[in-house]
Parts: sequence; structure tokens; C-alpha cells
Amino acid sequence: MDANGAVPVLELKGVSKSFGAVVALRNADLTLHAGSIHAVVGENGAGKSTLVKIMAGLYQRDTGTFEMDGKPVHFRTTAEAKAAGIAVIYQEPTLFPDLSVTENVFMGRQPVGRFGRIDKGLMRTEVAGLMDRLGVRIDPDRPADGLSIADQQIIEIAKAISLDARVLIMDEPTAALSGVEVERLFAVARSLRDEGRALMFISHRFDEVFALCDTVTVMRDGAYISTAAIADTSVPEIVRLMVGRDVNELFPKIEAEIGRPLLEVSGLSMPGVFREISFSVRSGEIVALAGLVGAGRSEVARAVFGVDPYEQGSVVLDGTPLPPHNPAAAMKAGLALVPEDRRKQGLVIDASVATNITDAIRPTLTRFGLITARAENVEAQVWARKLEVKTASLDAVAGTLSGGNQQKVVLAKWLAANPRVLIIDEPTRGIDVGTKSEVHRMMSELAGMGLAILMISSELPEVLGMADRVLVMHEGRITADLPRSEATPETVMFAATHTSEEVA
Amino acid sequence: MTTVPVTSTPGIGARLAGLARSRETGIFLALALVIVATTLKNPDFLFSADGWRNLLLNPSIVAVVAIGQAVVIISRNVDLSVGSIVGLTAYLVGSLFLAFPQIPVPLVFIIGVVFGGLLGAVNGALVAFGRVPAMVITLGTLYAFRGINVWWTGSKRINASDMPDGFLDLGTQQFLTIPVLTILAVVILVVVAWYMANTRGGREFYAIGSDPDAAELYGLAKTRRVLMAFVASGAASGLAGVLYTARYGTVNSQVGDGFELQAIGAAVIGGVAIVGGSGTVLGAVFGAYLLLTINSALPVLGIPDFWQRAVVGVLILGAIVLDRVLAQRQSKRLHEERSAA
Amino acid sequence: MTTLTSGSPDTERSYADYGRPAWRRILFSREMAIIALLVVVVIAASLRVPKFATPVTLSYLLFDITPLLFIALAMAPVMITGDIDLSVGSMVGLTSVVVGLCSASALPIPVAIVLALVVGAVGGAANGLLVTRVGLPALAVTIGTLALYRGVAVGLLGTTAVTQFDKWWTTLVKARIGSTGIPVVVILFVVLLAAFVLMLHFTPFGRGVFAIGLSKDAASFSGVHVNRTRLVLFILSGLMSALAGIYYALYYNSARGDNATGLELQVIAAVVLGGVSVWGGRGALHGVVAGVLLIGVLSKALQLVNVTSDVVSIITGVLLVLSVIAGSVVSWAQSRRVRPAAAPAKTS
Repeated sequence: MDANGAVPVLELKGVSKSFGAVVALRNADLTLHAGSIHAVVGENGAGKSTLVKIMAGLYQRDTGTFEMDGKPVHFRTTAEAKAAGIAVIYQEPTLFPDLSVTENVFMGRQPVGRFGRIDKGLMRTEVAGLMDRLGVRIDPDRPADGLSIADQQIIEIAKAISLDARVLIMDEPTAALSGVEVERLFAVARSLRDEGRALMFISHRFDEVFALCDTVTVMRDGAYISTAAIADTSVPEIVRLMVGRDVNELFPKIEAEIGRPLLEVSGLSMPGVFREISFSVRSGEIVALAGLVGAGRSEVARAVFGVDPYEQGSVVLDGTPLPPHNPAAAMKAGLALVPEDRRKQGLVIDASVATNITDAIRPTLTRFGLITARAENVEAQVWARKLEVKTASLDAVAGTLSGGNQQKVVLAKWLAANPRVLIIDEPTRGIDVGTKSEVHRMMSELAGMGLAILMISSELPEVLGMADRVLVMHEGRITADLPRSEATPETVMFAATHTSEEVA
Repeated sequence: MTTVPVTSTPGIGARLAGLARSRETGIFLALALVIVATTLKNPDFLFSADGWRNLLLNPSIVAVVAIGQAVVIISRNVDLSVGSIVGLTAYLVGSLFLAFPQIPVPLVFIIGVVFGGLLGAVNGALVAFGRVPAMVITLGTLYAFRGINVWWTGSKRINASDMPDGFLDLGTQQFLTIPVLTILAVVILVVVAWYMANTRGGREFYAIGSDPDAAELYGLAKTRRVLMAFVASGAASGLAGVLYTARYGTVNSQVGDGFELQAIGAAVIGGVAIVGGSGTVLGAVFGAYLLLTINSALPVLGIPDFWQRAVVGVLILGAIVLDRVLAQRQSKRLHEERSAA
Repeated sequence: MTTLTSGSPDTERSYADYGRPAWRRILFSREMAIIALLVVVVIAASLRVPKFATPVTLSYLLFDITPLLFIALAMAPVMITGDIDLSVGSMVGLTSVVVGLCSASALPIPVAIVLALVVGAVGGAANGLLVTRVGLPALAVTIGTLALYRGVAVGLLGTTAVTQFDKWWTTLVKARIGSTGIPVVVILFVVLLAAFVLMLHFTPFGRGVFAIGLSKDAASFSGVHVNRTRLVLFILSGLMSALAGIYYALYYNSARGDNATGLELQVIAAVVLGGVSVWGGRGALHGVVAGVLLIGVLSKALQLVNVTSDVVSIITGVLLVLSVIAGSVVSWAQSRRVRPAAAPAKTS
């Protein structure tokens, strides 16, 4: 859509980028206008992140034109891109924890006076002004360490405004935000748009795309597919363009026979984190743990599995009580946890595929206490095949695989351990639509085989589509336990945003 | 969301309170305590002419090394070769006077500093461009430089009698009772401290140490800064080599042996985090003074001086445990403020 | 994805175990580079240095590097987890003092040995607890204990040295195997080497060590007892240092507070030369042994041609720097090859 036919602030045409033999981006087009919030959607591997990095000056494009305000530009460094007015807010903000908020905003371009002396008063005043303007109460003198991700993002935005950025690119900014924080971010984005800046919003969450943006561009396999005004399109249309085919059943739910409780958690408490957590998951059941970010769900999962300690309560797996803070014991009893952060917790990202796949089952592969690489490879072969992991060889470094394949390796690792209870935290985060439905199908299959599954998810459609029961957490407590028939967006969201007294 | 209100510029009261709580003040107080305790036992420690002079003078050599080391550590590196650089420079100075007895003293200072800086540049280039861990590189240069030193020295030894009097006087001269060398160290301290706190370059050292990846993303000239840090450390060690020769006159192949651990210890005690990103050169200098003053205080207090090293060890361990406890408490407080929102 | 309930996995898809053929993997490893260098130096020395390739030289060489060998065995796993132990030299001094004091008090040597080992274990545990329980960086802690243990060592013995030890023991320590010139203590070393190799390269515990070095978080999520493992490794480091300390006292007939000053740097140099990365997560014991041998052979060969120890220092230093840079260049080249696959693999 054209904003009064004016010259676009930023325009990429026919841009491509390859790394050796691999084509990351081919024939990408993108036009950003002032006063608009432009969404870019696409599966993993569609090339969005490469596009952003070219705009930010981290990569150089191989072909195509890159113009700002109608004039060609070519950034060789991030500093050049910043000087031209392009600011990127990454999914994980990168601030300097030891330095103050003010220093973070101005690092590298502090106002200086005589002898190169930094004008601290001026910096501070400006940052205080920015905080006021963004409507947040953050002390400019406090260290950046300990700020919530939402606050860190606000500081990144403050940086961008201070740079007088004309183009703000936000890469999956809401992935780690709670509802209130998302609203605050949107308000800020809208006010920036009204000031005449151009915003680009990359997200997997279609509800947010449709709530915030006015234009949407779809990319697939490194190429530009189409651009449309939000008003002129719909979610199924977008999905079809992204995936190249109709995806009807995103969440194939297979009914499974429900048996006895395999996981029983009673009165689990960790002061300051969660309190009085009690629930059970039965064989064949998929129980979803829903709630806003920060409600404490991942913390509960980690405590149940044993990575984190807890102070009160108990965890019993099929009649066997599990000692707290002891993942090895939990694993031995048949518990598995696929964590939230794939790259830092789920996988040893610098180790090979074979090593990762066998990480949970080594004790079983030993003879006389000894283990060989041969034995590991044999086992890894079996599981990599079963999950159809795409990799050249078993000793490829896990970090070189795509997000979806990395998740498959993590799943392979845990399935190889033959668990009876599987806790899976954000099973499809950062995964393209195609692999998503594979993961869901696999979960249903596992339930059918008799596993008890606890699924933590922030995506309501996933929760409502997959779960037999929905547990909802709010600020460290369980506020609702809804059977499938009673779980609706309204009931779940209500329980996620109110205390247990209010829900009851 | 944090609820700490956005205040206007912090008032004098708040600033003074911050100062009182700072690590540097704590070290200074500890130093004062040690001096007081020792002087009570033997007033000559502080009040005799020699005592006062040595108290200020002897630690100043290590203090200069500690200044350079602090800059390196703040940027999340470490320089183990400083002791060898001190030794090599000291021998160079001695040799210069032997070969050119008329050489002007200021020139010798400059040569010493530049020489040290060049050696530091070797370290810096290898670390900055080679992307190799500083600890290993400077371990290698520790060996290499010391080896060169020993090879060059042979079995010779340069004595005080070989040095011009003017130079040696500098080593013990005092200006208004304060040793000239100490004044020099203080001047260097003031300049470097000002640079670290008030210029873009100085703040970049902290940024690089706090999060090297973020520094790259911000487009900070990381390579250049790291190189600079090592050059600074080398130059400081070079200067310390000159000071050493001026103070003691006798130079053999073992000069500077162990200085690296003293300098690192001083910095750590002074509040410079070993992982980088925080701490001040002022703290490092106070740490050096505390460390060396304790060394000279122990015999006076009746503790046999071979227990010295044990005391140093306890000090270092105590300092880092304290740092950790304080950091944890602050982190907790920051998190609690946040969730109170 | 094939359904998981189906019996056999997709038989058409098969993965290569390794991306490169075995000969490439073995030949082009860091360990092989060091071993090759060692072989070259040994051959060159045998040919060019008179009296090098004799049993006498061999035995003195091995006697000299025995402490290094012992400690390097334990230092390697510590560094592979990403930690470091700078206090080993001081522990050698401390434990040799303990042996000396026991001997001077007319306690039997076996008691002295046990006591020294206990001291080593306790010192190592202190390091380990400060690192794992209190959460302090290993570099800082072991700089502190380097000073502390050395200080206690010197403090206990003062300026004296113990030089009288039970003849039976000192003869044993200095004994060689027949006419080969190989010291008897090497047998002990070989046994320990085998144990460490098995532990590090062939047990789940050892896999855990590597995992910790690559990613502490992921390791704990896979059931590795991260803190327990690190503590155990520090204790082992203390024990091996104690062993070296006992050897020092008995072999050199001298227990002094300043025994083995600077040894920690030699050990680290040898371990890094042998291919262990300072960042953690990679390394192998055969490379480490080659690293120690290389330093020993160089020192001994140069000593025989009257090259002074300072030149040896220079050479050690340069070698260390070169080996680390070479390693860095190699991994940079590898990452450029691999990058193409990595680029589009990130999310979005």
C-alpha cells in the first residue's frame, strides 16, 4: 500500500545473498514507508533474518539495489547503517549489564566537550526525557543488569529514538513479553509511527500482526512472495502464501486412552517463584500449562525435573518419589524435559548431533562402565532416522542445523530415553508452520503410546487445540484446571490474568 | 516494570553516600587500619623519615603496573607478561646508562615507556587479531620475554654504581616529603582514571569487558581498544621498570619476577572484577598499596614474614568472596524492585 | 516424520557417522600435530645431539618431567570444563613440606604419603567448593590459593629445608627399570594415565566433562551433575599435585617451601600445547602427554648442547603462542567453510 505515493524511506529490490553454496536470500523486495508499521512474515529459513542483517550493515548484499529516500546506499559496517538512521531491536536485547541505562543508550556516541570529556549531565537529562516520553519509570542511573526483557527492549527503543532512527526494525520483539508489556510496546510503536518513522515488525504471531500492522510482506525460501495491506488479507491467506500450500489441520488431535496418573506434583513451593503447585498428569493425557510470560510455568517445569531446587512439596513419578534438585534421578525414573531455550539448554550447541542425541541415555550404553563413540553412533543413527533429522553426517555440529532440525535433535535425545512422562516447554517456538504440525502429530502419537505429557505453551491456539486439560498459572499459582470442554480463550485468559481467589 | 522513580540529578547527599559505600573507600580504610595498627606497635613504621618514605615509595612501582593491568582486566583480558616486561625494561635502562653515561634522564624514561609499549603491542596484536585467549598469549610472552631477559643479562649484573647519581637520586628524592616517584605514579593514576571515567574510549573498555558480543554489535572498535589496553599495560610495566632501576639501582635477570600476580591481586582486591566490566584504576592502586603495606607491616607486627604470602592469599580470596556476596545481594535487590512493580 | 509407532525407522535414509574419513579425522587433529612435532624433535635431537639417545639421558628427562606429567593429567580435565587451577605449583610445595615435616618428626614415609594426599585433596576441595558453591571464577580463586598454599608451605618450614629421608623410599623413587633407563615411577604414571584416559574419554562422566565445557546449562539439563563433576576434578588436581609433591621431596631429597614455584605455568603451557582449548570443551590426553614430552625433550636436548635455560624459555613461549594461533587460524578457516549452512539456519 502506498502512503500518499511518497518516496519510500527504504527500498530493497532484487536483493540476494549467498554463503558459499547456500542461497540465504534470493530476489527479495521490501519497501518501507514513513508512518507505517510493516509486518514481515515467513517460515524459518525464509530469509527474514538475513534481510535484517543486510539492512543493519552486518552483511553485504550480493546483488540488487538498496535505496534510502530514493538514493542508493551501501553499508559496510553497522555504524554506517546506524548513522543512516536504521535501528534494529533484536529478539534478545544486547545491553551492557555493568553499565548504567544512560551509558547503554549513548555508548559509542556520548556527547563530548573539551578534551573529549563526556558531558554526563547532558546524557542523563536526555535519557530521563526519553524515559518520560516512552512512559516508563526506569532510573537512568541504574545498572542495566537485572532489567526485565521488556524494559531492556524499551531501552533499545530509547537508543533508536536518540539516534533519531528513521527506520526501526523489530525482530520478534514480543516473544518474551507478557500481555501488559506487549500492549505497552504496541503503544510505543504506534506513537513512533505517528511521528513519521518507518517500522518493520517480524513476528510469528498473526494476531499481533493483524492488531498492530498496516502492511504485511510474506517471504518464502529466501524470496519475496507478496505484499498486501492488512485490511485486504486474512490469516489463512497469509499462511497459504508462507507455506505454499493449504494447511488445514494445524493440530491433528488424536484421541488417546487415558490411564492412571504418572506424574503427581503436590504442594510444590519455591518462595518468590511459585506456590502450592499441585497437579497430576495421567498416561495418555496431554495437559497444557498456560499463562502469561512470567507466570512461573518454566520455573515449575525446571523444579519438577530437578534443574532448579524447590523448598516444599513433592514430585512422584508413577509411584516413585523423586528427590528434589536431581535431574539424573528424574531421568532414571522416566521423566524428560525439553526446555524452552533450545540453543542454550536443550542442546549442547557446539557438540555433534550424535553426542546430543545420546546425551540422555549414556548410562544405558555402557559396558563395564565404559562407553565408545561407536556405540553412541549406532544409537544416534536409529533416532536421527526416526525423526528424519536433516544433517549431512552424525558428527555435524548441532549449531549448523536449522531451528526445526535442532528441535528434532532435542526430541530425539529425549525419546531415546524412553520416558514415561514428557514435559515440553514451548514445543514449537521459532519453528516454521510445516515442522510445527509434525511436532504436534508426534506429541499426539506419544500420548497414544501411553506417555503423560505436560505441555507449556504461550500460544492459545496450540493450547486449546492439543490439550485434554488446561492448567492456568498466574504469578506463581495455579488459578484454573479446565477440562477440554470448558477451555475457551476467554476462560483461559481470565484465569491467566486474575488471582485464584478471583477465578474461583 | 521497575518502579524506581526517575529522579532529577542525584544530589550531593546521594553522591557522598555512594562514595562512602564504594569499594575504593573500603580499601583505603583497610589500608589506614593496617598503618595505624602497625604504627601503634612501632611508631617508626610511619613516623620515621625512612618509614614514611618507604610506605609511600615502595608500593608505587607495583601500583603503576597495577594501573595498566586494571585496564586490561576491565576489558576482560589478563596480562601475565607484565613482570617480564618490567624486568626487560629495567635491564634495558641499566644497559643504556652503561653504554651512554651522559644520556639525559627524561630520554631514558621515554625509551622505557615506549619499549614497554612495544612489547605490549606484541601481546595486544596477538590477542586482538589472533582471537586467542589473552591468558595463554601472555603466558607465552611471559616465558619468551623473561628468556630474552636472562639471555641478554648473561651472568652480569648491573650495580647501582654503574648508574648516574642524578637518576638514582630520583629514586629516593622527596618533594615536600612525598617521594618523587610516588608523585609520578599519582599523576599517571589521575590521567588514566580520568580517561577511563570521562572519555568515550575509556567507557568503551568497560563496555567491551561487560559484554564483548554486544560491543561488536554496537560497532565499537573492539580490536583497537584491546590492542590499546595491552599497549597501555606494557607501557605501564615499562615505566615501572624504569622506576625500579631508579629506586634500587641493582638490576639482574630476576627483576619483576612475580609482579604479574601482585598486580592482578592488587586489581582484584581493589574491586576490579576478574571477568571485566567493572572496577577502577584507583581501586587497583589502593589494592597495590594495601598489599605491599601489609607485606612490610607483617614483620613489624611480629608475624614472620614468610607468612606474608598466606596473608596475601587470604586477602585475595576474601576480596573476591566479598565481591560475589555484594553482587548477589545487589542483583537480588534489583530483581525484587522489578517484581514489586 | 515417520510415525514413531512404526517398527523400523526409514531404511532409505542413512547417515554417515562422520563427515570426513577416519584418516583425515585422525591425521588432521591438533593432537596429531603435536605428536608429529614431538617425533620430529626427537629424531632431530637423536641425530644432532650427542648423547641424547641414551638410556641415561632418557631417564633424566623422564625424571625431570614426572611432576609435570602427573599434574597435567588432572589439569587437562579441569581446563576442559572451562575452569583452571593455578594453585598446583603451590600445592606441590605444600605437600613436599608436609612430607618433609613428617620425615623430620620420624614418622614413617607411608604415613607422610597419606597425609600429603589428604592435604592435596582438602586443598583441591577448597578450590572446588569456592568455585562451585560460592560461584567464584576459577582464575581468581586459584590465584588466591596459589598465594595461600605457597604461603602456608613457606610458613610451616620457614627458611629451613628437610633433606633427610628414608633411604628405602628415596632409592625406590630413583630406581630405573633394568638397563632401559626408564624410571620406575613411569609405571605408576602409565597406570594413572590409563585410568584418566578411560575416565575422560570412555565414560559418561568424561562425556559430562566435555559437555560442561561446551555448555554448563545444557549439561545440567541433560542430567550431568555439573557442580559435583567440577568439584571432583579440582580434588583430583589437588591429589595429583600432592603426588608430585611427594615425588619432589623424595627424588630431590629436599623439602622446601618454594619447591616447584612456577610449575603451574609449565603445566598449563604443556596442556595448551597438547591441544586443550582454554575456552573449554575440547582436548585429548594423548595430546597432553605429547605436550609435556615435547617440553621435556626440548629442554633436555638444548641443555645437552649447552643452550641455557633462558633460550629454552624463549622457545617454549614462542611455541605456545604459535600453537594457540595455529589453532585459532584452523578453527577460523573451518568456520568459514561451515558458515554457509549456518547462515539461514537461525530462526526467522
